[in-house]
Amino acid sequence: MNSEPRLVEVRKNVLKQNDVVARALRERFREAGVFVASLVSSPGSGKTAFLEKVLTELRKEFRVAALVGDLATDNDAARLARSQAPVKQITTGTLCHLEATMVQSALEGWNLAELDFLFIENVGNLVCPSSYDLGEAMRVVLLSVTEGEDKPLKYPTIFNSADVAIVTKTDLAHAVEFDWAAASANIQAVRPGMEVFRLSTKSGEGIDDFLKHLATRLAEARSISVA
Amino acid sequence: MHELSIAMSIVELAEEEAVRRGAKINAVHLKLGALAGVVKSALQSSYEMACENTALQGSQLIVEEVPVVVYCPGCRADRPLSSIQFFSCAECGAPASQIVQGKELEVVALEIEE
Repeated sequence: MNSEPRLVEVRKNVLKQNDVVARALRERFREAGVFVASLVSSPGSGKTAFLEKVLTELRKEFRVAALVGDLATDNDAARLARSQAPVKQITTGTLCHLEATMVQSALEGWNLAELDFLFIENVGNLVCPSSYDLGEAMRVVLLSVTEGEDKPLKYPTIFNSADVAIVTKTDLAHAVEFDWAAASANIQAVRPGMEVFRLSTKSGEGIDDFLKHLATRLAEARSISVA
Repeated sequence: MHELSIAMSIVELAEEEAVRRGAKINAVHLKLGALAGVVKSALQSSYEMACENTALQGSQLIVEEVPVVVYCPGCRADRPLSSIQFFSCAECGAPASQIVQGKELEVVALEIEE
């Protein structure tokens, strides 16, 4: 006893618990054949309006559902429920992001095999959600034209962690003199090769392109899963 | 600000090791990648709070910051990144998105006293 202090090696991933649950979810989603997309953005970028539109349109052809995370209130779930799709609110209390276990508990009692698409709207925050895998197949980062072209450079970690970027509120682009070239360059700088969609929930511009993309991703995921 | 919950996970993880080894932990060594989404200074101050009234009270968190390394298709080699705002090879400037290193959030060693 009372030996000198010594250094022992350990290798422990701090977020292992979240990652383990996220991996289990991803496997469950794959088995059920449901394509899961998560949405991240700053507050007020238009995630909920966008999702309401996407749910409404997709419902015509697919079976869709959504989970929506906020610190408080179920206003967003109420808005999304107007699409007639099953929607569940996750209130995080004071937590600034969703974690895999919250998604897991929110899905209790859901038969995932009855779904084609599940959307998970994260808490509006461009920082914390980047560290937490939720088991999604695609992470979508949204940026509204009113936020400025340099958002990707200010929050490179979350933009880098996303698979697809969407520039929203394009109907306001002219009014705010949005610089498309600068925005594209900034997105490509932090995530080379990332696919970027431009759309307006209000005018409907660009929505079809994104819906087609989703349908393609679903078909791809299912063909891989079968093979 | 999710650093406090991360600090609490670190403390929890270290406490488990302390119990398992029947040892007192003086310091926790952490590897923190530049893309982990965790701010070092916020983590340091959260760590002190998270240690209060635990077996880790008074221990130190020693953070080793890990820069991002990408695979550069131009050089066909692992290369440092120009900057976190510019995912390109620091050597040849080619765009590079394949991350080899930089997402670490890992306890790598413990300074213990038995």
